[in-house]
Amino acid sequence: MSDARPLLEVKNLKKHFPIHGGLMGLTTGHVYAVDGVSFDIRKGETLSIVGESGCGKSTVGKALLRLYPITDGEVYLDGERIDNMPASKLRPMRQRMQVVFQDPFSSLNPRMKVRDILAEPITNFGLAKSRAEVTERVEALMDKVRLPRDSIWRFPHEFSGGQRQRIGIARALAPGADLIICDEAVSALDVSVKAQIINLLVDLQDELGLALLFISHDLATVEHLTHRVAVMYLGKIVEICDRRTLFATSHHPYTRALLSAVPVPDPTAPRNRIILTGDVPSPINPPPGCRFHTRCPFAFDRCKTEEPVLREVGGGHSSACHLTHAPGATIEAKRVGA
Amino acid sequence: MSASTIPGGDYTAAPELPNVLPEPKKRGKVMGFVYGHPTIVIGGTVVALMVLIAIFAPFLFTKDPTALAPARRTRAPSELYWFGTDMLGRDVYSRVLYGARVSLTVGFSVAFFAAIIGTAIGLVAGFMRRVDTVVMRVMDGLMSIPGILLAIALMALTRASMKNVIIAITITEFPRVCRLVRGVVLSLREQPYVEAAIASGTRTPVIIWKHILPNTLAPLMVQATFICASAMIAEATLSFLGAGTPPIIPSWGNIMAEGRALWQVKPYIVFFPAIFLSITVLAVNMLGDGLRDALDPRLAKRL
Repeated sequence: MSDARPLLEVKNLKKHFPIHGGLMGLTTGHVYAVDGVSFDIRKGETLSIVGESGCGKSTVGKALLRLYPITDGEVYLDGERIDNMPASKLRPMRQRMQVVFQDPFSSLNPRMKVRDILAEPITNFGLAKSRAEVTERVEALMDKVRLPRDSIWRFPHEFSGGQRQRIGIARALAPGADLIICDEAVSALDVSVKAQIINLLVDLQDELGLALLFISHDLATVEHLTHRVAVMYLGKIVEICDRRTLFATSHHPYTRALLSAVPVPDPTAPRNRIILTGDVPSPINPPPGCRFHTRCPFAFDRCKTEEPVLREVGGGHSSACHLTHAPGATIEAKRVGA
Repeated sequence: MSASTIPGGDYTAAPELPNVLPEPKKRGKVMGFVYGHPTIVIGGTVVALMVLIAIFAPFLFTKDPTALAPARRTRAPSELYWFGTDMLGRDVYSRVLYGARVSLTVGFSVAFFAAIIGTAIGLVAGFMRRVDTVVMRVMDGLMSIPGILLAIALMALTRASMKNVIIAITITEFPRVCRLVRGVVLSLREQPYVEAAIASGTRTPVIIWKHILPNTLAPLMVQATFICASAMIAEATLSFLGAGTPPIIPSWGNIMAEGRALWQVKPYIVFFPAIFLSITVLAVNMLGDGLRDALDPRLAKRL
């Protein structure tokens, strides 16, 4: 499997938003929202991107969808470079990559019936010949997301949050996509509904062989559906590995801190929390060296000047930390973390 | 659950509570709407009445509004001349009723054209960032000139006619629509459902037509009613100043202008057109207020 060509390949993706200011509206600086991110996703695989709010994880998703132009880097979908494709050529490629958004309320047009919402991608890509055929396909989509067929003539406000999210998933399935980007797709839902939606996503993945890019801030959620996890901090991936490695033997101090923040449903369980102090530094003016050094409990002099690179430490596990690559220090990091 | 299943006590059924709440009033759909939105109903009724008056002016016991009768000038209101006559002996009642045609035509036309032009430009400005800067600065320029002055200047450049009055007032009013629509478009295009539509391959014209336009309709309708009201006032002002509707067509503005000289001795010449204008503008504004509350309560803050 690993030698096969990945479905999505992202190389050194950068997205900098210019800041306009002053009298002439000149560019006075940049927000380095995503600053050199590389990863790939294989067919039928789930990759999660986790990180605090503001770390650029949603920007990655939107940049991949070409909702805005990227600053630098390359994106390949099934071997074809899509980041610099003209809009006319990009349109057919969009059929293969769809999105589910966080907010189930603002992600559905309040003035369109469910049938028309779901029909939009079908007609856009010419997947049905007649109106009846469109309706038939829409009904089949409703079956897929376990919603009653006869509710397609209703408006979005007649549904609950979880049902709306199912409609959002159905819309993403409509064009027959290979990759679905779930941008915090379950964060706005109640715990019980969240579980249902996660189970639905996992079922659909098994059924249709979908690849998922699951963007989330919630490690506990991610644990249930992901194959691999990429941890982002301030526009960079600091660690990327498979799920088991992450939860067992991840190296990066930031990952350990995130893991230690996941609630444990047992108040008496011994906990070894790494409490991070301070806020995430501003992405307008990221700190030199390792971006995490201002908050890292293990930071030393080298971290302040030299930026660690994301390097493979074995078994598809990469980490960007000087400690990981300095043999003596690794042990200490592990001891404090685990 | 029966009482015996609860451990540790001999419970009986709770006593029936006295019914202290009044029976909810049962209203039909129509009456429910009347109670829910009184301003829409009152405003709408008065506006509809004015429209009927304007359409059926010849059949409402009116005389020829331009017929001169110097012998019977400045008569007080009487059985024969309900609102009296002016200094040329013309029947004020007939002139006021025919004047409704001018006010309503100008008001509705300006609202219609300003809404269409403003929406078109606002959509373009909201979607094309480069055009936006230029267009919006032009709109700012137009809005910085006092509307009535701009209209007077435009009227001075053209011949007095109702068409030119409509054009002049539309030019002063449409930048407001433009700004509103641009603002709504800017907020709507960031909505996830628009982003989802882009991601699912919808072309920009379709996005504007299906996702943006229907959601601008509510604030647009509200704005249009307010423009209608202010256009009526603008028309009356222009006519009053002699820069509006030509004097041969009776309009509330020029009836008042003609009665101005006799205001202290024959106040009814000014009074009746003024009352009609005030009531109509009030009704249109009430309708707009009601629509705003009914369509989008949050909009109240944005306008």
